[in-house]
Amino acid sequence: MADYAGRLPTPTPESQPYWDGLKEHKLMLPTCDPCGPFFYPRPFCPEPGCFSWDIDWTEASGKGKVHTFVISHQPIPPYNTEDNPPPYVIAVIELEEGPRMMSNLIIDDPYATEVDMDVEIVYDDVTDDVTLPKFKPV
Amino acid sequence: MDQIRHKVAIVGAAETDDLGQLPHMSRLALHAESARNALDDAGMSLADVDGLLCAGAIPNEVAEYLGIQPRYVDGTSVGGCSFMIHVRHAVAAIMAGYCDVALVTHGESGRSGVDMPRGGGSASPGGQYEAPFAIGGAPTTFSIPVLRHFHEYGTTKEHLAHIAAATRAWANLNPMAMMGIHRRAPERGGGPITPQDVLNSRMICYPFNLLDCCVVADGGGALVLVSEERARDFAKDPVYVLGAGEAAAHWMVSQMRDHTTADGYRISGEAAYKSAGLGPQDIDHCMFYDAFTFTPLMAAEDLGFVPKGEGGPFFAETRTGPDGEVIYKSGPGGDFPMNTNGGGLSYCHTGMYGMFAIIESVRQLRGECGDRQVPDVNVSMAHGPGGMFASAGTIILSNA
Repeated sequence: MADYAGRLPTPTPESQPYWDGLKEHKLMLPTCDPCGPFFYPRPFCPEPGCFSWDIDWTEASGKGKVHTFVISHQPIPPYNTEDNPPPYVIAVIELEEGPRMMSNLIIDDPYATEVDMDVEIVYDDVTDDVTLPKFKPV
Repeated sequence: MDQIRHKVAIVGAAETDDLGQLPHMSRLALHAESARNALDDAGMSLADVDGLLCAGAIPNEVAEYLGIQPRYVDGTSVGGCSFMIHVRHAVAAIMAGYCDVALVTHGESGRSGVDMPRGGGSASPGGQYEAPFAIGGAPTTFSIPVLRHFHEYGTTKEHLAHIAAATRAWANLNPMAMMGIHRRAPERGGGPITPQDVLNSRMICYPFNLLDCCVVADGGGALVLVSEERARDFAKDPVYVLGAGEAAAHWMVSQMRDHTTADGYRISGEAAYKSAGLGPQDIDHCMFYDAFTFTPLMAAEDLGFVPKGEGGPFFAETRTGPDGEVIYKSGPGGDFPMNTNGGGLSYCHTGMYGMFAIIESVRQLRGECGDRQVPDVNVSMAHGPGGMFASAGTIILSNA
């Protein structure tokens, strides 16, 4: 894991709880009362007209759908080795709770991916410090 | 809103001497050469310039490099449409008296990478929430909305392939176009292509094959703008700004509100139409930024040239010419002339292509386009996105 070749995020103070949650295999979403959960983490609610700074963190179910996707044939780390070659799926996942997030779909045949297919989260511990939220078909 | 109509004109427009692979030129040298060429086109000198607008460089970098001290600067750098936005801002600045002669410059060593800073750190939103998923530049992100559009409206790859073929047909009429027959032999991929050639080309990032993607080039371009009164004194006919719009929507494509509609396109387009007092039916010629085949399709829909969802069949319509040749909807001889320089797909794409779209609008309005001149062009629209449908800029230009 130490030699993970993909790009890694650097958390900011505002996003630290999100990345800490993933490390514990929990998908934590910043949540506004009454607007609900949103993505990505900000210290305020981005819903137009709200701008409340009263934000809690709630755990998401980890279930969602493929909103849209592409199948990249580019050898981009970590999808650039003999064990882990392209093509691979980059997908926008619409979570059951509503927000959408970029991710990868873990699927044997990328071309079997479909818009609106049901998926669930897979926690990919790419380094000792970083867990990436990925998804697989249900 | 109509107070900007016909108050400012473009009096100079030009690219760098060459486009393509220019490893002997840095980013700032490309700005400078295009500035020289646009000023030459206007019959002006650098000493006349008192307003500077640029993207991909801090205005001070360009000012120092050129050795000028402008009294108005604008460094709006929101991607490929920055230059449409610069035109809009230059109109306002000239009307307000902030400057008299506005120079807009673009230069990018997009292929050779000579002095090209890389943006976006790992702590930025993009660095945290998109880059870790093996995002690899525009082919893997500009493609993101496409399959949602296919899913909701039945758009197909065959539809998109017609846009590539039509745009290549224009490139074959432009001696400057990188993939046109003048500059690239058929055995090296230049010259005419069919929609089937597009579908047969190498897969880059589904749903985009190689020929759905723009070229990657070094180059630059520049514009000179002055007030309408002053514009009457130039050797070449002025090209008036009738209307303009701009918008900033999302930044990361995953956060696009609706992947089948570019909010920025709508906001920017509506402002442009309103300020010009015109609608889509009044536009004779369109330059719609084409980083990929899908990009101009979204523009045609969101700017009102075709109802939402009908862009695919619209662009895939063909007819047979007198010599049995295929005439594409947006190609030479078609009834929706678009991207007549050969587009980002086949002419040149440096990274922020919008400048070249504007230059072609100016040339079509001046009647300077030779074999590719569209007859009776009096009103032209140049429109583009910045980022992945994130921002937008629209200008409506006229020769009268």
